[in-house]
Amino acid sequence: MIPLDAASSSPWHFWGYFLDHRSQDLGYLWDHTWLSVVPVVVGLLLALPLGWLSRRYNWVYPPMMSITGLLYTIPSIALFVLIPPLLGLDPLSPLQVPIALSVYSVALLVRVVADGLGAVSPETLQAATAIGFKPLGRFFRVELPIAVPVITAGLRVAIVANVSIVTVAGTIGFDNLGRLFDEGFKLSTDTPYYPPIILGIILCVLLALVLDGLVLLVNRLLTPWRRAVPT
Amino acid sequence: MIGDVFSWLSDPTHWQSTNFDTGIWGQLGAHLRYSAIALVIALVIALPLGLWIGHTNKATWIVSAANAIRALPSVGLLVLLVVIIAPHFYGRTDTGYVIPTEIVLVLLAIPSILSNTVAGVQNVDRAVRDAAYGMGMTGPQVLFRVETPNALPLIFSGFRSATLQVIATATIASYVTLGGLGRFIYDGLAQQDYPQMISGGLLVAALALILDLLLALLQRYTVSRGITGRTRRSDRAGHSDEAPDPRSAVLTEDLAPEAA
Repeated sequence: MIPLDAASSSPWHFWGYFLDHRSQDLGYLWDHTWLSVVPVVVGLLLALPLGWLSRRYNWVYPPMMSITGLLYTIPSIALFVLIPPLLGLDPLSPLQVPIALSVYSVALLVRVVADGLGAVSPETLQAATAIGFKPLGRFFRVELPIAVPVITAGLRVAIVANVSIVTVAGTIGFDNLGRLFDEGFKLSTDTPYYPPIILGIILCVLLALVLDGLVLLVNRLLTPWRRAVPT
Repeated sequence: MIGDVFSWLSDPTHWQSTNFDTGIWGQLGAHLRYSAIALVIALVIALPLGLWIGHTNKATWIVSAANAIRALPSVGLLVLLVVIIAPHFYGRTDTGYVIPTEIVLVLLAIPSILSNTVAGVQNVDRAVRDAAYGMGMTGPQVLFRVETPNALPLIFSGFRSATLQVIATATIASYVTLGGLGRFIYDGLAQQDYPQMISGGLLVAALALILDLLLALLQRYTVSRGITGRTRRSDRAGHSDEAPDPRSAVLTEDLAPEAA
């Protein structure tokens, strides 16, 4: 079948496609954004105590790293479909994607938090203790701030990976930018129809860049001392 | 539901291929075939290139460029290439889908192998390299007899993560009508046959875990004991440090530029 308007299938028509389906595309973008961000935040909140545990008690570290490594080994599409039976959810529950992504984020960030905390020099810890920090205060006001650059580096990896993994959920019918690829694929049965595919790739890359930039900004705001000393 | 999955998996008719359906064994073979082709091509490209870049410190921008590819959503890349390439192939073969899939798999596998190989060679202790030159080794001798064995743990961890990524993405290739274990996931979804879908997920996860385990074993027996610190019990007088997990090396390597 020949498309009525041949120009509309040109890859450069993605902008026109976006304008034509604005509300739907912005909805996908919004879904994609929260699916990329919320699991990383959840993952970080879980990884902080777990990372601290694996530093505090040496025997926790090896099994913790084995378990998180194992979780990270499971392909995303498999984890998506395995989460519901494991947790007793419906086979296509809206929760399964954020839960699976949180699992990946925890798996990645536990190691990062543990390594970041481990990089704090013993002299610093002793000095902090000597000037009167209690263990909890020392953790939040000395160890954690010093580990921030390492942790945010891990957050960048996690968030950029998430943006890509979320599109996989689009292929099994969940709403996000991955649906644009699905639409493009289904509209291309006879002749290629590029606009939604190109639009999806562009929006994914832009989203990854923006989220990455935001993490960098947070890192900058949380570590003012690194700007004070020229390196 | 778990019982349904178990009975789906234990049904022998699901394992054998018939004239109408490809069974689990057949799809497993297809999955492994697509993955192996992509990994071999990626190794042939990325390993020599990585060794050369790491040894000469030239053209390091290639590593950054390869890493930039990682930011592209693999599903989007796959669909785009299928839409471009598939219409050029007519007939009963699935060549029009295999070629774009292999391109995407190779593109995904190259960055981890390349950046880990470069990092592995560059991270070799300066003193070790200087000693090798001082003993009169030529450049290629230093590369192949000193730097490569020393870089082997990192090269292996790069290959392992490339393998996992290829296995995972080969699953998604079923979405663009190709064979492989992902077939069960997407067919189960389309037919609302959830035991089949979940069984597919289980099979893919098992394949990934088993392959990673096999590669870990292979790594154990190819990396020199002098590098891993894994020594025979009789040799181990005084130090009992275990081999460092290669994954920690690759992660810190990934994070190093930002953390610095």
